[in-house]
Amino acid sequence: MSGDPTLWGIVGLSLRVSLSATIIAAIFAVPLGTALSMGRFFGRRGIIAISSSLMALPPVVVGLAIYLLLSRAGPLGELGLLFTPTAMIIAQSVLIFPIILALTTEAVTPIETTYRPLLHSVAASRWFRLRTLITDARFAIATALLAGFGRAIAEVGAVIIVGGNINGVTRVMTTTIALETSKGNLELAMALGLILIMLAIIVNVFIHWLKSMGAKYQQVSR
Amino acid sequence: MKLLKILCLLIATPLAAQDNTITLSSTTSTQNSGLYDYLLPIFTKDTGINVRVIAVGTGQAIRIAQNGDADVLLVHHRASEDAFVNDGYGTKRYDVMYNDFVLLGPKSDTTNITSLHSFFENTAKTGKYPFISRGDDSGTHKKEQELWAKFTQTTPKGDWYREIGSGMGATLNMAASIDAYTISDRGTWLSFGNKRNLEIKWSGDEVLLNPYGLILVNPEKFPHVQADRSQIFADWITSPRGQTAIGDFRINGKQLFCPDADKTKAEKIIACPAG
Repeated sequence: MSGDPTLWGIVGLSLRVSLSATIIAAIFAVPLGTALSMGRFFGRRGIIAISSSLMALPPVVVGLAIYLLLSRAGPLGELGLLFTPTAMIIAQSVLIFPIILALTTEAVTPIETTYRPLLHSVAASRWFRLRTLITDARFAIATALLAGFGRAIAEVGAVIIVGGNINGVTRVMTTTIALETSKGNLELAMALGLILIMLAIIVNVFIHWLKSMGAKYQQVSR
Repeated sequence: MKLLKILCLLIATPLAAQDNTITLSSTTSTQNSGLYDYLLPIFTKDTGINVRVIAVGTGQAIRIAQNGDADVLLVHHRASEDAFVNDGYGTKRYDVMYNDFVLLGPKSDTTNITSLHSFFENTAKTGKYPFISRGDDSGTHKKEQELWAKFTQTTPKGDWYREIGSGMGATLNMAASIDAYTISDRGTWLSFGNKRNLEIKWSGDEVLLNPYGLILVNPEKFPHVQADRSQIFADWITSPRGQTAIGDFRINGKQLFCPDADKTKAEKIIACPAG
């Protein structure tokens, strides 16, 4: 299998599904997480506590919930999305939304505390405050996104249920590893696992690189 | 905005590629043996129809079809198949092929097995070697339960009986690791890559026959199913061309499935896929 187009197709689909899921989850989670760090409204602590707990959401549970939703017998069955990459993207978005939300809130809060007096003194609008905080916390937020991405690309429970592990259509790295293990091809499964670990290492190196960039940036700007 | 466009592209592309495709809900035993990787490209070449295979246990495969999430069902548990058709979920059942189940055990156990009956009785009594059960409502699991009921008139219980709730491959991996007995379809066993100390301990009884049936999902129940293309698939796989292809499929020179759609041919030969 090594080096053939099938393998690259599988790696490519893994990246496509998990990157899309990260972007979609981020579109909702980053502004919401930033708003949570700004606001002092009722129920804020509750939302933060819930989003932190949901970081431990089991992928199979998310997969099952999305399966029931997208199945022809389910409420969104008309869309015909079950067993497509789109279904996998939806499941992973839901899975990593709480992770990105909680980590964004945590990352932005210290910056918000520093900026608060300044932003208040110029009577900045809420929209302006949100934008400023997201811009200035972007390196910390990037860490949250990469944590979400890491979770998405490594999970197997959700994508195998909603994707169905269809050869050439919804087969990704993790479901291939599960399949090859079940065929008793342990060496091949392990080799695929090593590729996945390499991807994870690349992601982590990227996180650290971003962090050091962010630290430099903040030193310069002070 | 550019980001948004890229995103839309990323998500929308799979939707465009669904033309001329049917979804086949089937079992891990047929998938893991490599049959579909061999057979379906021939079908696609002949007809231009792509087949997407969801390979799960027979129980779950039937459930997927009952929800209307598949167009065709290919499984191996006759009673469940008939119930599926009788309940109106399927229109028609076709005989496609068969192989057989084999009893697998550790080479280190030199006890001579004289019959299936005595094996099941002794195992339940002594519990000397562990027995791994699929425990996942698959066709193989249902068959195994039928064997216990037939030969011991009880449900197996005890430390030696381990229900692991996994596919055939995971079950074989575990049996090979801990020197246990288990039941497998011959196809998965022959193509399995991690046999280690396992070997066939018993096979060839009529009760071990493992027929596969193909059922078309009822378009009256689910208007969105691809009834026309599914019919083409059923006609092809039961035609001489499809049947010959199934019979020609080999792993390491061994035949895995015996075609049996042609009713004019002789009775099933129990030892058809010679292992």
